[in-house]
Amino acid sequence: MRLQLILRRVAFLILVVWAASTITFFIPRMSDRNPIRERFAELARTGGFSASDLEVIVESYNKKFGLDKPLMEQYFDYIGSVAQLDLGVSLNRFPKTVTEIIYESLPWTISLLFVSAILSFVIGNLLGAIAAWPRAPGWLRSIATPFIMFTGVPPVLLAIFLLFFLAFRLKLFPLGQAYSTGIAPDWSFGFVLNVMWHQVLPAISMILGSVGGWVLSMRGMGITIQGEDYVNFAEHKGLGGRVIFRDYYLRNALLPQVTGFALALGSLITSGSVVESLYALPGLGSKLGQAIQANDFMVIYGIVLFITMSVATLMVLVEFLYPLLDPRIKAD
Amino acid sequence: MTHVLEIRDLQVSYYTDLGRAIALNRVNLNLKAGEKLGLVGESGSGKSTMALAMMRMIKAPGRIESGSVDVDGVDLMKLSDEEMRLARLSRIAYIPQGAMNSLNPVMRIGAQMVDAIRAHIPDMRKEAMIEQCMKSLESVDLKRNVFQMYAHELSGGMKQRVCIAIGILLKPKVIIADEPTSALDVVTQRQVMETIDRVQKEMGAAVILIGHDMGLMAQFVDKVAVMYAGRLTEVSTVRDMFTTPMHPYAQALIKSLPNLKNKGVFQGIPGLAPSLLRIPTGCAFHPRCTQAMESCKTTIPEVQDHNGRLVACHLYTEGA
Amino acid sequence: MTTMTTTAPPIVQLSRMKLLAGYLRRNKSLGIGLGIILLLVLFTLHGMVTVDQARAYPLKAKPKQPPGILDFSAEAWPGKLPMGSDFFGRDMHAAMVRGMWQTALIGVIAGAAGTLVGVVLGFTSAYFGGVFDAFIKGICQILTPIPVFMIQIIIASSLDKRDVTIFTMAWIVVMLAWMGPTLVIRSQVLSMKERQFVSVAKLSGVGNGGIIFGEILPNLLPFIAAAFVSQVFAGVFSSFYLAIVGLGPLREPLLGNIIWGAQSQGAFFNGWWWWPIWPAAAMVLILSALALINMGLDELANPRIRRTE
Repeated sequence: MRLQLILRRVAFLILVVWAASTITFFIPRMSDRNPIRERFAELARTGGFSASDLEVIVESYNKKFGLDKPLMEQYFDYIGSVAQLDLGVSLNRFPKTVTEIIYESLPWTISLLFVSAILSFVIGNLLGAIAAWPRAPGWLRSIATPFIMFTGVPPVLLAIFLLFFLAFRLKLFPLGQAYSTGIAPDWSFGFVLNVMWHQVLPAISMILGSVGGWVLSMRGMGITIQGEDYVNFAEHKGLGGRVIFRDYYLRNALLPQVTGFALALGSLITSGSVVESLYALPGLGSKLGQAIQANDFMVIYGIVLFITMSVATLMVLVEFLYPLLDPRIKAD
Repeated sequence: MTHVLEIRDLQVSYYTDLGRAIALNRVNLNLKAGEKLGLVGESGSGKSTMALAMMRMIKAPGRIESGSVDVDGVDLMKLSDEEMRLARLSRIAYIPQGAMNSLNPVMRIGAQMVDAIRAHIPDMRKEAMIEQCMKSLESVDLKRNVFQMYAHELSGGMKQRVCIAIGILLKPKVIIADEPTSALDVVTQRQVMETIDRVQKEMGAAVILIGHDMGLMAQFVDKVAVMYAGRLTEVSTVRDMFTTPMHPYAQALIKSLPNLKNKGVFQGIPGLAPSLLRIPTGCAFHPRCTQAMESCKTTIPEVQDHNGRLVACHLYTEGA
Repeated sequence: MTTMTTTAPPIVQLSRMKLLAGYLRRNKSLGIGLGIILLLVLFTLHGMVTVDQARAYPLKAKPKQPPGILDFSAEAWPGKLPMGSDFFGRDMHAAMVRGMWQTALIGVIAGAAGTLVGVVLGFTSAYFGGVFDAFIKGICQILTPIPVFMIQIIIASSLDKRDVTIFTMAWIVVMLAWMGPTLVIRSQVLSMKERQFVSVAKLSGVGNGGIIFGEILPNLLPFIAAAFVSQVFAGVFSSFYLAIVGLGPLREPLLGNIIWGAQSQGAFFNGWWWWPIWPAAAMVLILSALALINMGLDELANPRIRRTE
């Protein structure tokens, strides 16, 4: 029974990845723009490559896009290489492969997204739950209100304003970059602190931008749950307020939010990648932005595909988590 | 004989946008240990409000205006919030109306029973708590393995039994069961009522059974109290109530019960129950009463004792 | 005890405007959202009349001028630029006016087209069911985990940047934004199909067209309105994101493009703070207004939310 469920989810995941790679394969081919030729023309103008490099690039270009082969054959080759996580080479930073670029930038993206996703989920849901809890003191309930006002504001815009006020005007924080220029990266305490210091504003932008959404949905959920008979009966049982809040109210109200978390991952990564390039952090988003500027198409397609696959995988993982939280799911 | 429950002048209002609604109007009631009282009345007559007021669970915009509820000599209305929390379930327990939904879907039944004990006796050993829960489950005819189960794995009747098991966990002096059988089928209704009856006898607790199924009520309670528009109109023994109801409203209620003698004739009570926002002056029932007199429109009848029966009606004021 | 003086207030015929104003006072988020939109429209209309929009393009004004609106020394006027100018010599006021209506245009095109596609697909899929429904639902389910923005990047980057216009931007957004409204409308129609009034119409011999246009569509209108507003939001939002990573119509002073330009010229490092701040502030106002309107419509459709306060 359980195995069947897992297999079905995995099949769905493969379907999603297939759809994403198919889209990234066919859309560029629908335009009459030829990325490789354009890139070559550009490189030839600036004279930024040697003849031997050119041969390798052409070779990889033939292997990748094999324009001499029929379209469907190209497509199957492409799907095959995606399945092996071979995403091609960078035209701009040859001979780096796209996978290498992803690996070197991934830690930055993960640390920013992980911290901001978890913190905004926890803060937002807690504040939303409290805002809807009639027995919480008024001042505590009203903490959520300012966050609701940020609901419509995307993290990117918050990033711009935080840069302006806290970094540019008050000079409290750096104006971007992963760490101060002139410091050599190592694992010393000072360096780590410096990195974290540069991460504060990006993280705050991300958190402020998504807390409001959680507050709103959790408040709505909380209003429903607090009217449930089991919350009332918990009070009739003489339970303390904390136990009722945690075990009877919060736990039940959080269940739909977990699904919401999975659905929010996509927009979180989207915002994260733009915020990264705004703060010039060397993560996936910045690499994507640079690739767009430089017409480095393999990198664009590779990063897009990688992000898509990660989001789909995470969503399926969260769905696996769900039966652990809600015992009713197992029965279905 | 002393009373285990004494309610004096209990009054509850709801403050709405349209004005103040008096949901419970100076109610007095006594109950001895082991006594079973059925509380009946139309929807909105104040039965559930009375139960919630006794538990001190009236939520805004409602407010308990005055009165006292003595359980075993302790006035619940004078307790601090924390003392009242401890009194719930240990002195006075409430078995909820919507038993279908009264159990937390994401916690095991056992955890929901244990946390009830822990809230009252925090230093008790875990094994002792579990043992007490098991005993309680067994006393309502449930198997011990229900302890490990979730609400969605139980039938409606079993869920209601779990609620009863929770209600009797700490051997309260007073148990209020708010329409405990309303969502169950007839056979299960009977079984649940028998369960309540048996545990109540074992514990010697006073029971208030709220409901509108007069037939079911007649088989299980000793006394019946009839409420109308937030007031008690008559409190009598079951036999008296069903054979010679005194208050015209009680008479109408009894008459409206189906019986074999006048089969096919459905007798209702003319008129509608009054809105609590606009309770008629004098006796609240007078606009619908067939025996109303001039004084009924102006003065509120006091509850008076007629040979052990409590009636609030002007018909009996002069004659008595 | 109870007062008997609960007589109803005399019924006064209120004008529609007054009723609307009264409702907006209660539904604060709808009122504030519409208010902000009104202000932005007034700013744009005023600008379209008073400012030469040609000045929104490079080399039309003295570059890198700070906003004159903050310069209170009277003698500086009238030569000053009220909102300053950027590195490329664009008059920021003209650029903002042009950028505002271009953003609005993208939003409305994307919103209308996305909602239309969503209504048609959601409707046919739910109403007629069968293979078609399964197909539409399957596509929506598979596409949902794919971040739309990433696909939009692929589309936009495969286009020649010189070809990208306001309209291509709108179409890129529409191509991937119809799943949301489709699913919303589909589920609403599915639930309405089961309701009594539809069965009654069916039993009394009303044809498919009569049921769709006479019974279901009128009841669907609040949901269509809400879907439209969230589509406009999505359209503005994604075109802004595309522009900010440099995939917009580079020549146009679209709000996202201005920020992209400012960012690539290091506006904060060089002290030209007003350059990104104007479009960012405008964008905040637009998006919060749309979010507020959306919340207000939610409240309109689902009164239970009102219980919070």
